[in-house]
Amino acid sequence: MSAAPPIPKPISSSSSSSSSSSSTPSRSGTATSDASTARHDVPRHTGAARRRPPRWIVMTVLVGLLAAAVLAALCGGAYRIAPVDAITALFRGATGDFAQDQACNVMLQIRLPRIVLGVLVGAGFGAAGAALQALFRNPLADPGLIGVASGAALGAASVIVLGTVLLPAALAASLGLWMLPLAAFVGALGVTALVYRLAAGRGRLALPLLLLAGIAINAVSGAAIGLLTYLANDTQLRTLTFWTLGSLGGAQWSMLAVIVWPVALGIVALASQCRSLNALLLGEAEALHLGVAVQSVKRRVMVACALCVGALVASSGMIGFIGLIAPHIVRLVVGPDPRAVLPAAALFGAILTLLADLVARTWVAPAELPLGILTALLGAPFFLMLLWRRRGQFGL
Amino acid sequence: MTRRALLGGGATLAAGAWLGALLPHALVGAAHAATDAPVAKDGPKRVIVAGGALTEIVYALGAQNRVIANDLTSLYPEAATRLPKIGYLRSLSAEGVLSLHPDLLLAGAEAGPPNVLSQIAAAGVTVQHFKHGYTAELVRDNIRGVANAMKLNDEGVRVAGRFMSDWIQARGKVEEMYGIQKRPRVLFILGHTGNQVMVAGQDTAADAMLAYAGAENALRGFNGYRPLTAEAAVAAQPDVLLTTTTGPSPADPATTLLAQPGLANTPAGRARRVVSFDALYLLGFGPRLPQAVAELARRVHTT
Repeated sequence: MSAAPPIPKPISSSSSSSSSSSSTPSRSGTATSDASTARHDVPRHTGAARRRPPRWIVMTVLVGLLAAAVLAALCGGAYRIAPVDAITALFRGATGDFAQDQACNVMLQIRLPRIVLGVLVGAGFGAAGAALQALFRNPLADPGLIGVASGAALGAASVIVLGTVLLPAALAASLGLWMLPLAAFVGALGVTALVYRLAAGRGRLALPLLLLAGIAINAVSGAAIGLLTYLANDTQLRTLTFWTLGSLGGAQWSMLAVIVWPVALGIVALASQCRSLNALLLGEAEALHLGVAVQSVKRRVMVACALCVGALVASSGMIGFIGLIAPHIVRLVVGPDPRAVLPAAALFGAILTLLADLVARTWVAPAELPLGILTALLGAPFFLMLLWRRRGQFGL
Repeated sequence: MTRRALLGGGATLAAGAWLGALLPHALVGAAHAATDAPVAKDGPKRVIVAGGALTEIVYALGAQNRVIANDLTSLYPEAATRLPKIGYLRSLSAEGVLSLHPDLLLAGAEAGPPNVLSQIAAAGVTVQHFKHGYTAELVRDNIRGVANAMKLNDEGVRVAGRFMSDWIQARGKVEEMYGIQKRPRVLFILGHTGNQVMVAGQDTAADAMLAYAGAENALRGFNGYRPLTAEAAVAAQPDVLLTTTTGPSPADPATTLLAQPGLANTPAGRARRVVSFDALYLLGFGPRLPQAVAELARRVHTT
């Protein structure tokens, strides 16, 4: 790391680290990791002496891996189709042969939407996690922190448990399968708006207050979900449990066609804030002096995250860990600059989700494991391994 | 980001979502038209069962050799547990079920999630849904429904008829033997591990079974299963504790139950009147219902 080339941009990551590490050492892991980068003189660990690979190589590798993951996800699955047939089945019309048509149907109606949803989930959570970690300058920030996930869970739990009581039967019938995702989405946006309202005033947004409000609202909605769990009958309880574990199994084109808009809009909005987020790593006052409209950046990131994560949680349940872990893993490779972390985290999140889902639906086939378990099971050991190899940067 | 920008963005999103929702219907419709389920000449040959009671019905009909897989709740008869498993019936996987190339899926009331069932149906597999409830008439209808779906109508009429006559006989016997006696107060406890007992209120299979067996549910006034405090258990004054086991139980249920605080201080606890049943047998509402009710009546009245 000591030989890392200075990044030829006005706001380099090494300068950001020196300022934040001088203010509060406990603030962020990213800053600490760069603090040792700044100390050219003492290479403490041989592992820390490696060069950081150029960004374009990382991106190319990630895109290649994503393509490979998509291909693997297309070819693998409980329904046995030979890899070549799987790909040709995608482009073949009706043949009249039942077995071939069913294979084609499985590919087009079940596997492909699932893969698209997996990519959206991974990219959305990865990008949102990266943006929030940059915004809060805290490596523990994840989309759950601002209340999106717990709001969605609260909305879903309300419909599962109280749906028949609260909603008129005619409305419930006309919404049908849409009721649960809709309620989750409304819950996500509602709770996020509440957290935002608590922390914003007079054109300003106080991040520490946002964090605390988020934790408090998470606790309140956790309690409300607990109460609903208590009220739920056996059937509702099990539905709630499986919803909480998350799954991509419900992917359908009609659902995807709706959620792709908020998710894409959210990711694009987050990506457009990367430059400002990079400046924000210096600190709010410093970023303001550099000409960044700090308050509007905060607002945009919040709204974009709520939109994109809300839509995703609504369609697939709670899939934890990707938003937290994907940005971390890529940050260990590309460095702390959000302009690199955000796209890389989106790509890596998509890869991680696709692989986790591939394992989830093939491991115990014909049954299926909940995805939320596997994202943690796959991501965490990988993350721990990276941490172990980078111990040198943390002064160990 | 001004308020106007937000509103404009929201409107655009809504319009996009609406357009997006319309588009796939056309595509899906086209794809569906292509598949026609093959209708076997003498009934479906590759059947998957999701639901323990339905599995029992299939065995009662003698059609088990056509079943290629079932779910985790299919625990009786023992031969059923050796078939490939499609997982827990509330979290089925569309591709997993289709990978076995079934031509019929018998889906119990709890089977789901709903969109997975519709995906399976869209791939050309007949999905037969069954209703949920706690009456013998429903069990009879389910027997007939399974028989119809498997093209075994004559067998269905015969098995359903025998089931109903067994049922009427069992109910008559319960009425005759225990109808005029004081009805024992029974507290139903779901499982018996952990530090809190889950008890049955109204609108549960256990409540219905107790009523059929001429006993009284010691706890009424709430629906479904609830955790119960030790004090409320004592206050309920049950004469008998009824509990369930799944599979071979490691310890005597009476010992573990009476070790719970409170339960030992009930009339049932002092007299050590604990009755335990296999969960699927007692609560499954399958074709063994008449025998289960008769045995429950015998054991709660005489232990």
